[in-house]
Amino acid sequence: MLHLVLFLTFGAICVAGAVNLLVQRHPINSALSLIVVMGSLAVEYLLLGAEFVAAVQVIIYAGAIMVLFVFVIMLLNAGEEELTSGSRVALLLGIPGMLVSSVLVAWVLLAHSGTTAVPAGALPGPPKIIGWLLFHDFLLPFEVTSVLILIAIMGAVVLASPPESVQQSKKEG
Amino acid sequence: MVSVESFVIGSIIKTAIALLVLLTAVAYTVWLERKVVAHIQNRWGPTRVGPFGLLQPLADGLKFFFKEDITPPHVYKLLYIAAPVIAVTFALTSISVIPIGNWITINGVRTPLQITDVNIGLLIILGITSMGVYGVALAGWSSNSKYSLLGGLRASAQMISYEVSLGLSLIGVLILSGSFSLREIVDAQGGTFWGFIPRWNIFQGQIFAFFIYLTAAFAETNRIPFDLPEAETELVAGYHTEYSSMKFAMFFMAEYANMITVACLASLLFLGGWHGPLFGPPWVQSILPVFWFVLRVFGFLFVYIWIRGTLPRFRYDQLMAFGWKFLLPLAIANLVITGLIVALKS
Repeated sequence: MLHLVLFLTFGAICVAGAVNLLVQRHPINSALSLIVVMGSLAVEYLLLGAEFVAAVQVIIYAGAIMVLFVFVIMLLNAGEEELTSGSRVALLLGIPGMLVSSVLVAWVLLAHSGTTAVPAGALPGPPKIIGWLLFHDFLLPFEVTSVLILIAIMGAVVLASPPESVQQSKKEG
Repeated sequence: MVSVESFVIGSIIKTAIALLVLLTAVAYTVWLERKVVAHIQNRWGPTRVGPFGLLQPLADGLKFFFKEDITPPHVYKLLYIAAPVIAVTFALTSISVIPIGNWITINGVRTPLQITDVNIGLLIILGITSMGVYGVALAGWSSNSKYSLLGGLRASAQMISYEVSLGLSLIGVLILSGSFSLREIVDAQGGTFWGFIPRWNIFQGQIFAFFIYLTAAFAETNRIPFDLPEAETELVAGYHTEYSSMKFAMFFMAEYANMITVACLASLLFLGGWHGPLFGPPWVQSILPVFWFVLRVFGFLFVYIWIRGTLPRFRYDQLMAFGWKFLLPLAIANLVITGLIVALKS
């Protein structure tokens, strides 16, 4: 009972954070709403019994990635967003579109996927099981993903480093 | 199986005691720092209030309360107020999973000396400390002043950089003990090699990991030689330039509470937790582990202050180069070697 109440509460907080993320005009408020979303998702994982995933969610998403988001917003000193005529069109088309697509997704998941609801605390939580799954059953996907991330890092380095002509002129002084 | 009522009451009592002890420890760490640094610099430190200046923290606290709380007109108000609250909340929360001793029995109720024993205790502490950076970053941004902003930016960049090495240095310990639970990690360090060398992780080949942890922890808690977020000589006071009264005190408390958490974690993970010689009547035997643990934490805090009194501050490029080019490769090497040895042994 308590599980269900907590689950619904944090689900509501999560959705409220997501809506607030879109409504807020200032980028830093939006970023903070996203942190709330990440945090409440972590609590949902915890309530489902996936404690390791919950901790990783907080450390990686809420802790590391969102700090970078906030860092970039602070560094660029991004101001308030301005409404243009384009954003009005997006508003008019976006809200009905989002409603229709979320109803569609819910309908597909509920009626056609054949999955059943997971009781609270039933997911494999202990880090040992997750480690076994990652390094045993899903070793190939795991390694391929890490190669993918490595390529992304290399791309970032290439984009961030100044072109050779600039480096040359720097050396020559 | 304990009943729900006794569980709730027990938890509330334990939380209250832990909070009280932690806040007192924070106050007296400040006193210790002032005393030790003073003696390093050939001064006396606080001497007027109480014997050896022991009541100085109380006087400081009172002074903080009665200072005028100034909110500058140019700040972003909501986040300006939230930032110190975030900082102090996360700093105080992490104590909840730290065990300070063995199980004890009071009135027939057997309880661990810890608010709660969770099997991912270490991950929870890492998660909480990684959230703590928002306090500093948001304080810097919402103050709307150049010094604060630079301090906040420095703090977040520094914490992200050193968190990687910090996390990697802990994995060696995790491989050796095979658990995330802080209590199990300590239990794995009981006993001795050849009868006289204790089986602490630092003696099980994790000496480099301990060094990495020590360095990264200094950077995480923004202490000298890594206190660039609040470097007085260049940034006035860094991220808390615009704060006064209790809001400033909250940042201050958060910093010292983080120091204590780091010291507790170092004692638990590397220095054998509460293991030590046990003797005397049963009640002494149940108290002694706590004493050994507090002794280690105290020793670690002393090293913290000692280094503060000794080393100058790094330059920012030195800080980044040291973190990424030296500490991180060393942490990865330590992880690979530890993993290899454990794999070959089993």
